[in-house]
Amino acid sequence: MSDTTIKPRIEKIPLSEQFFQKLPVLLVPILAVAGLLAIGNPASWLTLTVAGLAMGMMIFIMASGLTVVFGLMDVINFGHGAFVAVGAFVGFTVLAWLAGWTASPSVMLNLTAVLIAILAAMLVTGLLGYAFERVIVMPVYGEHLKQILVTMGGLIVAQQMIYVVWGPDELHISRPEAFKGSLVIGEAAIEKYRLVAVGIGLALFLGMRHILKSTKVGLLVRAGVENGEMVEALGYRIRLLFLIVFMTGSALAGLGGVMWGLYQETITAHMGSEIMVLVFIVVIIGGLGSVEGCFIGAMLVGLLANYTAFLAPKVALISTIALMVAILMWRPQGLYPVVKAK
Amino acid sequence: MTDALLTLSGVHTHIGPYHILQGVDLIVPQGGVTVLLGRNGAGKTTTLRTIMGLWKASQGDVRFEDHVITRLDTPEISRRGIAFVPEDMGIFTDLTVAENMLLAAANGPIDEKRLAWIKELFPPIGTFWNSSAGTLSGGQKQMLAVARAIIEPRRLILIDEPTKGLAPAIINAMTDALRELKNTDTTILLVEQNFTMASSIGDTVAVMDDGRIIHAGAMQELVDDADLQEKLMGLSLEAHQ
Repeated sequence: MSDTTIKPRIEKIPLSEQFFQKLPVLLVPILAVAGLLAIGNPASWLTLTVAGLAMGMMIFIMASGLTVVFGLMDVINFGHGAFVAVGAFVGFTVLAWLAGWTASPSVMLNLTAVLIAILAAMLVTGLLGYAFERVIVMPVYGEHLKQILVTMGGLIVAQQMIYVVWGPDELHISRPEAFKGSLVIGEAAIEKYRLVAVGIGLALFLGMRHILKSTKVGLLVRAGVENGEMVEALGYRIRLLFLIVFMTGSALAGLGGVMWGLYQETITAHMGSEIMVLVFIVVIIGGLGSVEGCFIGAMLVGLLANYTAFLAPKVALISTIALMVAILMWRPQGLYPVVKAK
Repeated sequence: MTDALLTLSGVHTHIGPYHILQGVDLIVPQGGVTVLLGRNGAGKTTTLRTIMGLWKASQGDVRFEDHVITRLDTPEISRRGIAFVPEDMGIFTDLTVAENMLLAAANGPIDEKRLAWIKELFPPIGTFWNSSAGTLSGGQKQMLAVARAIIEPRRLILIDEPTKGLAPAIINAMTDALRELKNTDTTILLVEQNFTMASSIGDTVAVMDDGRIIHAGAMQELVDDADLQEKLMGLSLEAHQ
């Protein structure tokens, strides 16, 4: 084939179109500036912004697995909240065993205890995810209605199992000593734990982004989200990839459960299903299957919930729903829709 | 070019309630290009997808290099040396051209010499190496789809209507590329509606109708017989020209 017969060309994307594509990234700083203007007091704004980012990061941790599972496997998992709750209870148990370490003034011992609790929660929820995918999800691939029914059933079973193992009462988790209290910056008071949550969430986002963009597994996930059949035709076992992604998503929900439990300082068997409303809103705002969209959606939800709770507490009840409606009216498939060839 | 590389014996395929393939018997000889012709809805695409394991045969056998592959799953069939270029090209538009090619090299790193050959065969692959595949034109996407299929040596490539919707210049270029590919060890099973193009590179031909093979033989035999063309396809090659 000669160059003379075909002149390579590529469609140039107009600048206005490029700006439109990047616009969702600007929504978070735009909302932060709008919040500053509305609140007026920089110290209150800083406190609320850090609280909003922390809340957003924890929702992102719980939602990231769900969105990838939906994008890659086309599975609507209403049972995702079960992993959040189980993760929180496993984390609680480990922290209770390590009460001596969490009560110690040593930051290193505190961090080690939390790290062990997180790893244990991720291990248990990852294994639970394996069983959930094999027993509950695998028989209903491609059948959305059945997926909703059986995963809801799985959630109920998991909640009842929590009652059996940990009892029906809500439990109190005490944060490790190093995570208690606030840092005072000027007139603003910022809870230490919220900074930890922001750090962990940011590290997770950057890690996921690196894996998705720069590794072959990430390439496979991105390709599988778009056209799983073609990935199989290239010689890759997408069912194995499904399982790995589902287990990872479940483990991340477990991590989110520990983080959310420490944030709220109380845990219940229903905490997973309660937080799932926000998680689904974030996944829908971000665009089903998009990790970056999910991250931006979580930040928007976290910030807006905190700003409106301060400015107009009654409006706060509907602020996240209103945000979702506004985003969907602007971009009906979410901020970063993932192309799916079906 | 006499040994059978791929044999379909009495293959039936159902898609939901529809009985699409109704006893397909097809022999694809080793080497060269076998063209599968037929009107829309005759079962050509279903035949390719059944060979690839994307739709399972409900009855009959698909035999590749003396092994029955009917019940194998798609990745295993691919790893035995069969590549597939679907009608919609199956390009990952969210990935770059380079990432598409990297994924297609399922058995290890890309062979640089082979890649250089492919870039010579399809110049846009080199030109747009780091561009998003979603921004390529239709012809460039088709080149990427074929390039992806041959990034590793394959025994058989199944190509579904590679010229569909393309401009004449691109069709000529694609035909040249397939002709060059024919000179390698690779066997091609080509589904094509463009009889002029198909007859220019095909060695053997099979014509399908209503889920069955109704004619099989040498391409030249069909090219030389206008009555047979009319009988099988309702339109002769002369009418195309």
